[in-house]
Amino acid sequence: MAAAAQHAGGRPETAAPHAIELRGISKAFGPVQANKDIDLCVRKGSIHGIIGENGAGKSTLMSILYGFYKPDRGQILINGKPTTITDSQTAIRAGVGMVFQHFKLVQNFTVLENIILGVEDGALLRPSLAKARGVLKKLAAEYQLNVDPDETIDELSVGHQQRVEILKALYRQADILILDEPTGVLTPAEADHLFRILEGLKAEGKTIVLITHKLREIMEITDTVSVMRRGEMVASVETAGTSPEELAELMVGRKVLLNVEKAPADPGAPVLEVRDLRLVDDEGVERLRGISFDIRAGEIMGIAGVSGNGQTQLLELLGGFPAAGAKVSGSIRMNGQELDLTGSRSDAATRRARGIGHVPEDRQAEGLIMDFTAWENVAFGYHHAPEYNRGLLMDNAAIRRDAEQKMERFDVRPRNPNLAARNFSGGNQQKLVVAREIERNPALLLVGQPTRGVDIGAIEFIHKRIVELRDAGKAVLLVSVELDEILSLSDRIAVMFDGRIMGERLPSATTTGELGLLMAGITDVDQHAADEGIPPEHRHVESLPDDNAPGEAR
Amino acid sequence: MDFATVIQILDSAVRLMTPLLLACLAGLYSERSGVFDIGLEGKMLMAAFTAASVAYVTGSAWLGLLAGIAGSMALSLIHGLASITFCGNQLISGVAINFLASGLTVLLGIKIFGLGGRTPALSGGGRFGEITLPFADALRDVPVLGPIYSELISGHSILVYVAFLAVPLTWWVLFRTRFGLRLRAVGENPASVDTAGVSVTRLRFAAIAIAGILCGLAGAYLATGLSAGFVKEMTAGRGFIALAALIFAKWRPWNALFATFLFGLLEAIANRYPNLDLGIVTVPSMFMNALPYILTVIILAGFVGRAIPPRAGGEPYVKER
Amino acid sequence: MDKMPKWADVVLTPVISLVLAMAISALVILAIGESPTLALKTMVDGALGSSYGWGFTLYYTTNFIFTGLAVAVAYHASLFNIGGEGQAMMGGLGVALVCLMIDWPHWGIALPAAMVGAALFGAAWALIPAWLQARRGSHIVITTIMFNFIAAALLNYVLVNILRPVGSMDPASARFPEGTHLPALTDMAAALGIEWGKHTPVNITFFIALSACLLVWLLIWRSRLGYEIRALGRSEPGALYAGISPVRITVLAMLISGGLAGLMAINNVMGESERLVLNAVEGAGFIGIAVALMGRNHPLGVLLAALLFGFLYQGGGELALWTSIPRELIIVIQALVILFTGALDNMVRMPLERIFLSLRKRRVI
Repeated sequence: MAAAAQHAGGRPETAAPHAIELRGISKAFGPVQANKDIDLCVRKGSIHGIIGENGAGKSTLMSILYGFYKPDRGQILINGKPTTITDSQTAIRAGVGMVFQHFKLVQNFTVLENIILGVEDGALLRPSLAKARGVLKKLAAEYQLNVDPDETIDELSVGHQQRVEILKALYRQADILILDEPTGVLTPAEADHLFRILEGLKAEGKTIVLITHKLREIMEITDTVSVMRRGEMVASVETAGTSPEELAELMVGRKVLLNVEKAPADPGAPVLEVRDLRLVDDEGVERLRGISFDIRAGEIMGIAGVSGNGQTQLLELLGGFPAAGAKVSGSIRMNGQELDLTGSRSDAATRRARGIGHVPEDRQAEGLIMDFTAWENVAFGYHHAPEYNRGLLMDNAAIRRDAEQKMERFDVRPRNPNLAARNFSGGNQQKLVVAREIERNPALLLVGQPTRGVDIGAIEFIHKRIVELRDAGKAVLLVSVELDEILSLSDRIAVMFDGRIMGERLPSATTTGELGLLMAGITDVDQHAADEGIPPEHRHVESLPDDNAPGEAR
Repeated sequence: MDFATVIQILDSAVRLMTPLLLACLAGLYSERSGVFDIGLEGKMLMAAFTAASVAYVTGSAWLGLLAGIAGSMALSLIHGLASITFCGNQLISGVAINFLASGLTVLLGIKIFGLGGRTPALSGGGRFGEITLPFADALRDVPVLGPIYSELISGHSILVYVAFLAVPLTWWVLFRTRFGLRLRAVGENPASVDTAGVSVTRLRFAAIAIAGILCGLAGAYLATGLSAGFVKEMTAGRGFIALAALIFAKWRPWNALFATFLFGLLEAIANRYPNLDLGIVTVPSMFMNALPYILTVIILAGFVGRAIPPRAGGEPYVKER
Repeated sequence: MDKMPKWADVVLTPVISLVLAMAISALVILAIGESPTLALKTMVDGALGSSYGWGFTLYYTTNFIFTGLAVAVAYHASLFNIGGEGQAMMGGLGVALVCLMIDWPHWGIALPAAMVGAALFGAAWALIPAWLQARRGSHIVITTIMFNFIAAALLNYVLVNILRPVGSMDPASARFPEGTHLPALTDMAAALGIEWGKHTPVNITFFIALSACLLVWLLIWRSRLGYEIRALGRSEPGALYAGISPVRITVLAMLISGGLAGLMAINNVMGESERLVLNAVEGAGFIGIAVALMGRNHPLGVLLAALLFGFLYQGGGELALWTSIPRELIIVIQALVILFTGALDNMVRMPLERIFLSLRKRRVI
């Protein structure tokens, strides 16, 4: 398969040297081999995509190219010349710029200060700032990269912060621009604008490398694409000559089963009734703007949406731990009983006592204590349960026994309850969390991004367990940024945008195109296009066929 | 309280604030670069000892000053090694440095001079003398301005003037130079500096080296300017008051001047009036001594203007994986 | 996969750090022209060579167990309590008030009351920094440092203006009445017909300290509160997710920590000096930091480290008595132990991890 796909990008097609050529790059972090003998060629003036699951080694590879890490072995050629990149400074001098997934900006500096940082002209700031101001104006006009140079970063939206990062690279005269998962934090409209910028840059002869796990983006914007899997480069192909299905298969190494087998739902009485839920965070931003919905026993309600549109706040609020300083109003009823939204009985422990289980979005920071052993984690959140305690003290032997059984039933490997949580793989960590929450038989299970960073095998297992819980007559609220996960698991789908529910759909009666529009906050297609000034040729972004990416998102 | 007394108290406040100001600026450089420094006390103490010892042996306050800087710098280097190179806990390193100075100064003092931890009293060239500014004597009799110029402004050791000049200089370096921009950036988000191709390690070492120099000046002033020789534990918590002043000043140079002046003034008043009678209540000197700490706690509590430290402060920089 | 086995993490690294600290201390002794071997011999003889030496060593050990446990408990909640010194000072005030206010008929009744006083005052002194950290996000390291100084000033005021007996020039309280005098270990041994440790200050508080170790172990590793303290210390978002209140746990952990530091006063104020003096704590609060670091925040480790520092303290006193090495050498040693086991931990750990990694690789091949 991989060999068959190796028809395009691997060899030079023209006499012109490649903008980037990597030969045999290897890099290990301690016992983990992040990159294994990687070869890569990127044509000058093209947009090249690198796709792969979380932990496939994409970011490491590009960080090596940017001089952020030193490779253990291998050679880098920039524009045909062998180049030793020892640090970011040499990378910048070689014309490589990088926009990291997590922006490297100083929050309380102005745009201008951030742009000149590290490339100041001379020891005094004033002349550097004046020069940068001029250059910035030119770049802004040239590439539609408008930002106020005197605004501080913490005043800017995420999309604008990303523009600053691109401007930083352009100001350093980068010819090769690497973007690491650039759309994860963007709304569809912002992502669309970014793509137009990238096309503009390409037209100017710049070379762009786009790291992503979203097949849709690869198909939309790249000329060539490379697929990485477990630290290895498994294929390099022309985008036009491949399909999302083929790429997905290359990413995971086998056929992807997209559909979860499940019987039609048989919903009972409403378990959760949410009415006009509002949340204003400590900075005064309205995160939830009047959310209302019901979930009934025996159904899975999926909430789709670009991350950052209030899903996290909704889950945290339902789970009993809204961010500090948040102001909340509205009502939540659980089996007809009103839940406290504030005060000491609104915490996660009380919610659990009311029968709400929660698989949180961030298992490493929230769902598990990484330094705790597996058995200690099995009691996490339920450590007050009578069966885990004897008198004044905790019954560690009982917890360990319970952990062993749960690990057995959920096939957590290695099956050693004394191992610290951090020593398990992402999938097995998630199984620990899911086992803990599902085996409590909650009346309502909140699930956030259940398969983020989880391998395929574990995904299928976890999906099956969620459906089983539904079939046992429990209610499930599923939040995911992966549309196909929402589509294949949910019995009903609500789409969130900017703290509101834009609409509810049945999975059988909707398309990814329609959901995509709702996710962008649009209910009327043509009206939207006119408002945003998106030229007709770009309008098809929203209606691209569903990508087959297995679950992982950032 | 007459005018002459006010001048005397202010004059004493200026002397007392000088070591605080120098140490506070030292802390400012270090913490602005993201390295917490609770070892100011120890560095000052070590500097006071080395300065006094060398000044005594050589009879030169200037050589003493150099030795003071060297002594403080050695501890700065240890702090850098622990908290920058080996990514250790900066607070624990600071605690260790304070003890190291506290033990070593007395240990060496007893071994070298045999005076129970003191150095012999300094005199003549071994101390920094008072500088009389031009026309100080001539203007002495001018009402109001005369005493202010000739007694309050004139007549301090050179290090006092250095300390005051260090304030605008620090402001300029921090906000008007490339080094200052990078320094502030590395304390807020070291990754931004690293990805820009500038070495985080080098910047932070530069910052703590400056802190070492300034603490050296502070310690040398204590031993060869304010007093005439080293006495066991002579810093007496000034490093911590400087730290308090730094928080009080919200890590800004001009504010540091005012904060250290306030704390110097409190000490001067407490020295002069052990039991300050305010008519209704008598304020004991202990309260005046504790006031800088109490004020800092109030500031830290955020009831009166919040003090937000540099965002990356206290965190060793490790490239994320 | 863990980078190295647990025993290497828990035992090998601190031992190597300790050896490094001791080696540099030996260099310091050489540098001041003395013999390290003679110094060591003097210290061992003086601190461990007789029941008299042991009597002092164990007295210091008792102090350090309390302050070490205080730092350790807070550390599990990821709070660095440098305020042990001030909390122990206030504990002393609590003990003095209990002992002086009531005419106690027997120490057996006075002791529990004094323990309550010591713990309450110590805990109260930790409460404000704890609350400020939990509610206002004020850095607890800075606030506890400030509170050490405020405690010193407050104690100074109370001793000079309130507790000082009429006519006395000393900033110290009156002697505690007879009914509060705790039995010394030497008396207890004598009751069993053994002659041990005459004229030494170690007293019944030593056993209280030992039981405190056990109780702290139960608290941290066997109780729900300990579970919650450790969870919060590892991850605050995690704690919130699990329904653990960070404010509640931060305050509780600091109250326990402050209480433990305050309890030290039973040993030095009630057990030894039998009156409250200005500098009763003598830096034991800070040594608690070294003890907790050395002992890896485990009660057993704290006990062993406290014993080590008790030995250093008594041995250091003997050095000053019998050689020309000043007592302050132990402060240097203490600094080096904090430096190597705390701040320079990675210097020892990183090469060790590399060694274990290559050993493992070889085994795999």
